[in-house]
Amino acid sequence: MSDTQETEGKQRNVKRFMFLNRKAPYGTIYALESLEVVLIGAAFDQDVSLVFVDDGVYQLKKGQQSKGIGQKNFSPTYRALEDYDVEKLYVERESLEARGLTAEDLLVPARVLGAAELGALMEAQDVVLSF
Amino acid sequence: MKFGILVNEGPYQHQASDSAYQFAVAALARGHQIYRVFFYNDGVNNANKLTEPPQDDRNITRQWSALAAEHDIDMVVCVAAGMRRGIKDELLAPGFHISGLGQLIQAGIEADRLVVFGD
Repeated sequence: MSDTQETEGKQRNVKRFMFLNRKAPYGTIYALESLEVVLIGAAFDQDVSLVFVDDGVYQLKKGQQSKGIGQKNFSPTYRALEDYDVEKLYVERESLEARGLTAEDLLVPARVLGAAELGALMEAQDVVLSF
Repeated sequence: MKFGILVNEGPYQHQASDSAYQFAVAALARGHQIYRVFFYNDGVNNANKLTEPPQDDRNITRQWSALAAEHDIDMVVCVAAGMRRGIKDELLAPGFHISGLGQLIQAGIEADRLVVFGD
């Protein structure tokens, strides 16, 4: 963080919030309710990052069809995050590879980072909300 | 230090609420403050006053209520997560109150550390 950013941050009481998404989009409610926190949190003008690791990478998978299990496909909401000024999305490379996925399989632009780089990013946060 | 606590799992099914409670007790014993305990996901079920475990077991809901009364802790149940699961005002044990997710973000902003207890 530059000095200027830091000064601004202190004046506006801006903290770095990371939402760490670890679970598949369906099967449990964690992904959906994490997204609900992100949307509310956007109104607080904090520095927000979303990270997708483990089965959490499936949350961003293109072509989700949830009708068969009687649930709403909420994945289009990830594409709307831009409108909330939530633009820092990160996906763990190892998690993608372990599942045979690449960045092209994702429904939004996200930066692909290795576990070590993500660790450093996590270290730089003020708040990590893990779902 | 000023701690915020997030509880994301219901009582008994999961260790998270017990761990959060024990963390809060230990932190207070060491002279720290608890800024707020926020109950989210199935964690909202911790606030259910109808909770009635066998007599030789701990009553997790009552433990939270007693801790809140003793130390004047703000215990917030998420309105959206609560509505989904039928946790409404009339079901709340003493010390719990219902409010929005903004209270969680606020806890992240105001507390020195926000500690998450979940799966």
